[in-house]
Amino acid sequence: MKVAYWPGCVSRGFTPELHGSMARIAPLLDLELVELDRACCSGAGVIAEHNQELADTLNARTFALAQQVQGAELMMNICSTCQGAQSECQERLDSSADYRAHVNGTLAGEGLTYEKGITNKNFLWLLVEEIGLEKLRSLVKRPLTNLKVGPFYGCYIVRPRPRLGIDSEHPRDHYLHQVIDALGGTVIEYAGMRKCCGFPIITMNKQASLKQAGRHLGDAVDAEADCLVTPCPLCHLNLDLQQPLAERVVGRELEMPVLHLPQLVGLALGLEPKELGMSRHVVRPTSVIDWSTAIVAATA
Amino acid sequence: MADTHKPPQDFTIRMRRYDPESGEAPYWEDHTVELAPHRSVLEAILQARDRFDGSIAIRCSCRQAICGSCGVRVNGEPALACHTHLDAALQGAKDGVIEVEPMGNMPVIKDLIVDMDAVHWKKVQRVTPWLINKQPVPEREYLVSHDAMVDVTQSMACIQCGACVSDCLAMEVDPGFIGPAALAKAYRFVGDPRDDQQFERLNDLAQDPQGIFDCTHCFKCVEACPKDVNPMGQIMRLRRIATNDHHIVDQNNGERHEAAFTGLIKDNGLLWEAELLPRSYGGASWFGKFHPAAGKELLSSLPSIIRALIRGKVTPMGALKPHKIAKSDLQSVQSIYREIEGRPERYELNLYVSGEDEP
Repeated sequence: MKVAYWPGCVSRGFTPELHGSMARIAPLLDLELVELDRACCSGAGVIAEHNQELADTLNARTFALAQQVQGAELMMNICSTCQGAQSECQERLDSSADYRAHVNGTLAGEGLTYEKGITNKNFLWLLVEEIGLEKLRSLVKRPLTNLKVGPFYGCYIVRPRPRLGIDSEHPRDHYLHQVIDALGGTVIEYAGMRKCCGFPIITMNKQASLKQAGRHLGDAVDAEADCLVTPCPLCHLNLDLQQPLAERVVGRELEMPVLHLPQLVGLALGLEPKELGMSRHVVRPTSVIDWSTAIVAATA
Repeated sequence: MADTHKPPQDFTIRMRRYDPESGEAPYWEDHTVELAPHRSVLEAILQARDRFDGSIAIRCSCRQAICGSCGVRVNGEPALACHTHLDAALQGAKDGVIEVEPMGNMPVIKDLIVDMDAVHWKKVQRVTPWLINKQPVPEREYLVSHDAMVDVTQSMACIQCGACVSDCLAMEVDPGFIGPAALAKAYRFVGDPRDDQQFERLNDLAQDPQGIFDCTHCFKCVEACPKDVNPMGQIMRLRRIATNDHHIVDQNNGERHEAAFTGLIKDNGLLWEAELLPRSYGGASWFGKFHPAAGKELLSSLPSIIRALIRGKVTPMGALKPHKIAKSDLQSVQSIYREIEGRPERYELNLYVSGEDEP
């Protein structure tokens, strides 16, 4: 399957292991990634907060570039925040022909046009809806047996439900559960799994931001998760990069490894933690490495 | 539409009971009632009170989703008990039992009744919830454009049920946050062309450390609201008007963060994380990082920064040099910025006013 691939900014900045692990697993899933390297940042909701038309136009440009990729079935992203920010812009662009014409007028200088109705799916959605859980199960080389994984959805990929196309036929707010299960892991539920990681207010109210991250991580520790998995690199920043600071705010040791979704999939598809960039996390994913070593030893 | 022809059936309601005066801890209690599936969770609670235990406490009045009295959590989600059909509630129930709890973020007075005065109404009072007339007051009525009036009716649709307050994730960690309901109410006056105090209101809400920049953008209130008030959307508009139209620079880094983010995308096409934080603290130029506030922030973040450097997550080059899109693409992006930011007035599509012409 060929997709127009939007990696976002952070997967090429502070979480390069996300982009790297996606590139490693794509061939194993028979995914051809055509990178949208001409596109700019989705604005993460912040540009829309500054100027809505600017955010809509910049994302319309990205959509138009994606629509130019020959043979691509859809656009795929690996960042929940991009998904949420782009879905919001798309909702406005697709709701009004006049507005779309107005925005396309701004893009005309570059010879680009956005045609209504692009399909833009986060890798999580694509995994379940396009590749399918059965196919995924059949590709598993090293089931995540006895690995206790806590799903961390965050906000942008689960709310608001109507905009994100979440309904009984598309329970996208349960897909991480389904993927962990399909990979052979044990799903660990905990209170904070669909709450805010705190990242959006890290510069405005650092204490509250770190308290959010620390509480969710603490909930996961109490629920005895070995690690968390998230489809959002910004959640990863607050939960992993900031974890040493979050520990101070909530006054407890956490040491909870946080994996990117492609890393968890890659583990089950037989790749090694190091190939998937796990050595670059701030919180060493010791539990995951111990688990994979034990599995390899058992097989040998 | 609910099917009103189905015969009554059994529904088990699991209620969270608590009486602070008893000295006992909260506990769960099950009651099975018999009602048609289209009847409401409120009717089930009232039937349980009539038939099994007269001490069950719930606040309710209109029973038609307009008085806002019966806000509760049904199966963990905020809802009006009178506006939730039993069959719909059963679909979201674990093990076939409908769970009803009091709302969150507010102290419980008894069972399903929370103290709205202590939290919600206090916060509404905080935003000066009345119109301050522009002077001179016209002899007859003020003339206001249709679009401007429809715009504020979205926040006027609020029935003060507290569902958004109950589920606000910022308030969960920072109880002093003014919160979604009160800030939606603030927009009702900021957006009203007859109000005289737009700048003063916005400056007050921007400078407050628990004001408009304390919202964590989680969309919980958008989902919780039974009346489509879109509180988070109203908060984002308060931010846009404060920063863009009034150029209010707040002490919470809200305006600087927004300017830093938007400016970095204009300069590079992609986000440069290492530069975003110092600029958010020190100001939107390369020199921002040498501002004392940025230095203080850098120091307090050292435990994370050192570990990130040791682990190779962040490389010194990665931190010092931005990643950029190709020059020709960057020029296109900058030309979009120039065209849109050069407009005499911000152009903003409001789907609540315009409706969807292509659903």
